[in-house]
Amino acid sequence: MMVTQRSSDEWDRPAPVAGSYAFVVGDDPEDPGSLLEVSMGPQHPSTHGVFRMDVVLDGETVVKLKPVFGYLHRNHEKIAENISYLGSMPYTDRLDYFCSLTNNWAYALAVEKLAGISVPERAEYLRVILSELTRLQNHVCLAGFLAQDMGASGTPLMYGFREREKILDLFESLTGARMMCNYMRFGGCRCDTPPGWLDEARAVVDSFPRFLHEFENLLSSNEILMSRTQGIGVLGKDLAVGAGITGPCLRAAGVDYDIRKVDGYGIYPRFQFRVPLGEHGDTYDRYMMRILEMHESLGILKQALDGIPEGPIIDPKAKLRGFRPKAGESYGRIEAPKGELGFYLISDGSPSPYRYRVRPPSLVNLTVLEDLCVGHNVADTVIILGSIDIVLGEVDR
Amino acid sequence: METPQQIRDRIVGAVAGLQVECLPNGAPAGVPSLLVGRSCFREVAIFLRDDPQLRLDYCSNVTGVDWPERTEKFKVRRQVGEVEKDVEESRVIPGCLEVVYHLYSMSLKHGPLVIRVRTGDRSADVSVPSLTPVWRACELQEREVFDLFGVHFDGHPDLRRILMWDGFVDHPMRRDYVEPDDYDYEPTPHDHVLDRALARAKPGEAGCGSGAR
Amino acid sequence: MLGSGIIKGLAETGRNFVGSYFDPERMTTVEYPEQRLAPKENTRQFPFLVFDGEAALAGLRCVACQICEKECPPQCIYIEKSREKKPDHLGKPQFHPAIFDIDISVCMSCQICVEVCPFDAIKMDTEFELSTSDRFGGLLMHKDLLARPNSHFLKVHPTDAGVIDARRAEERARLEAKARLDSEAKAKEAPPAA
Repeated sequence: MMVTQRSSDEWDRPAPVAGSYAFVVGDDPEDPGSLLEVSMGPQHPSTHGVFRMDVVLDGETVVKLKPVFGYLHRNHEKIAENISYLGSMPYTDRLDYFCSLTNNWAYALAVEKLAGISVPERAEYLRVILSELTRLQNHVCLAGFLAQDMGASGTPLMYGFREREKILDLFESLTGARMMCNYMRFGGCRCDTPPGWLDEARAVVDSFPRFLHEFENLLSSNEILMSRTQGIGVLGKDLAVGAGITGPCLRAAGVDYDIRKVDGYGIYPRFQFRVPLGEHGDTYDRYMMRILEMHESLGILKQALDGIPEGPIIDPKAKLRGFRPKAGESYGRIEAPKGELGFYLISDGSPSPYRYRVRPPSLVNLTVLEDLCVGHNVADTVIILGSIDIVLGEVDR
Repeated sequence: METPQQIRDRIVGAVAGLQVECLPNGAPAGVPSLLVGRSCFREVAIFLRDDPQLRLDYCSNVTGVDWPERTEKFKVRRQVGEVEKDVEESRVIPGCLEVVYHLYSMSLKHGPLVIRVRTGDRSADVSVPSLTPVWRACELQEREVFDLFGVHFDGHPDLRRILMWDGFVDHPMRRDYVEPDDYDYEPTPHDHVLDRALARAKPGEAGCGSGAR
Repeated sequence: MLGSGIIKGLAETGRNFVGSYFDPERMTTVEYPEQRLAPKENTRQFPFLVFDGEAALAGLRCVACQICEKECPPQCIYIEKSREKKPDHLGKPQFHPAIFDIDISVCMSCQICVEVCPFDAIKMDTEFELSTSDRFGGLLMHKDLLARPNSHFLKVHPTDAGVIDARRAEERARLEAKARLDSEAKAKEAPPAA
């Protein structure tokens, strides 16, 4: 059976999905019984949530793969169109539940663009600090989960979770919650830091490189990890750009596109940091991209914690209740840990948005899942999916 | 990058007969958008992608907007009898579905350019050309617009429902969507939910807990 | 050398294993029901209603303005106003809630009710062990269950409560000073007639 990688130009209309997702024996007329349709998921631990892959297999080799999702769909957009602008803020926490603070920021950014609100200096610094901490804890978990997907059951993941816990403690003492932070507001942040918080944050940032060094010793040069990931799920540059892949997956393919640099939203232009780029676009590069980005995030955190000024935390003109932006539309996007997270808002002058749209990085990054997996083994699909880094709260919304 | 107005003029100048219109945006930091006619939508998209000055190779966001039919009231100065008066008149703006694309350039690092296309109405004439052959990034997002808004994309390779299940009939993101009343209501402090919960409960068993099931 | 990476990793695991017996940085777990982490001041779980004085339902600060009910994103608050008014801490007649229910199975602990409350009447508790055997009734908190004394607020959020208490004391003092001035002015005006 010949297996070819599909390019973005050649489209073949896939066969309709069979009604039953038990084992369906083959549809290759020349060799009946050779193809097996397997439904992976939705309750499978390797799918990082409730996600299903309809895989057609020739022996161990993946011939066709269709992602199926929507199990967590709650129509976040419709809910947001029926409540006030402020009321959607806690719901954004639940999109990508690993990174609630970056979700908050993306939404606040879109509303600030829509209504023309400015953000005080200290709040901008806090936003950068919190979103880089979010990136650290997301990437450290991703690396742990990736090792878990490969069969390193638990150890790297638990080391990652141990460090993540320190960051979540910081979030809790500042925002009140570990994961559902609901911290940012239009025109700033909700409350100022408690006394001593910045020192605690500095201590966490200072101790993190030691852990990162350990983590790299543990995994990066591990021969099993290398042989499982190198050359697996190679994503080409052109396909990545055409398919709208963003975030570490795109940069692993060697495309230099980081919204922190391109848009320079917030106060990112003030910080010195490099954008790590991959060479091969395979799963190992996607793993390394996360490790390297953590190093850069630590650099940004150090600069931000040194530079944070005193001052107000929220624009006094920004209204909490009865917020009605003028009619218009805006698109605010940030570099979330998983890619470009955008919020598209249309206001008709009423207290709730006329149209509220989330551009989820996880969903768009799934576009190329089939292209990455075809030709590889079943066990590799799990690693490839893990290296794309999806969160189903965001894919399904 | 050029302003949307300049891009519009250049598109119309490059290929005669294309319908492109520049729509204003009321937000302080907002950029105007280009409304493109359905018949030439894909040509315009390919032009925007391949034009050396623009090279909008990255389609970030695809979304639908539902504009139901509405009546707009406005005042006109008219001669009524002998005096000139402000007379209130109304006109019906026909409903349509709109698909909005946000385009950026990864190679030249600029953007966004917002292009939008409208269907003829909201029930019968709901197809627009798909841009998936131009930018593959549209694949899943156009499926989502099809699922939630009911816009048909001509030329989409795999137009199926994506978030709702296959047997679902309606399009939940439309403004006039009515939720089906088929939940098992659980008693909550809200009177109207509680009323529905009690109405559903078997007679004589009204109250909390299993009564709602 | 093939295998050196694995050996390096194993050494790291060994170091972590040994360290987990004496290195405080690697001993991060807490045996939960017996041991507990120190509570954090900003932690929020579910809302409670603050009351002043001794009697819980008589001293509620809530004036049943229903702002929190309107702003609550998942709509878990249900309020009914009382028919009659009674004086608040400044002596101004105010309504009070005849019914104040929060369905904490719906509540998502977002703190928006606290932020929008102009009367500092609703605050976030840090209590999280709320399991109950009744899924519906047990998670539907009425106002007698929601009411907590101001001393509890002072205990869980000392900074916030201190600021609010100082402000309320100042308001009251200003009002009393004004009343005293008024009565003095009246007393000054009154004598000639008498």
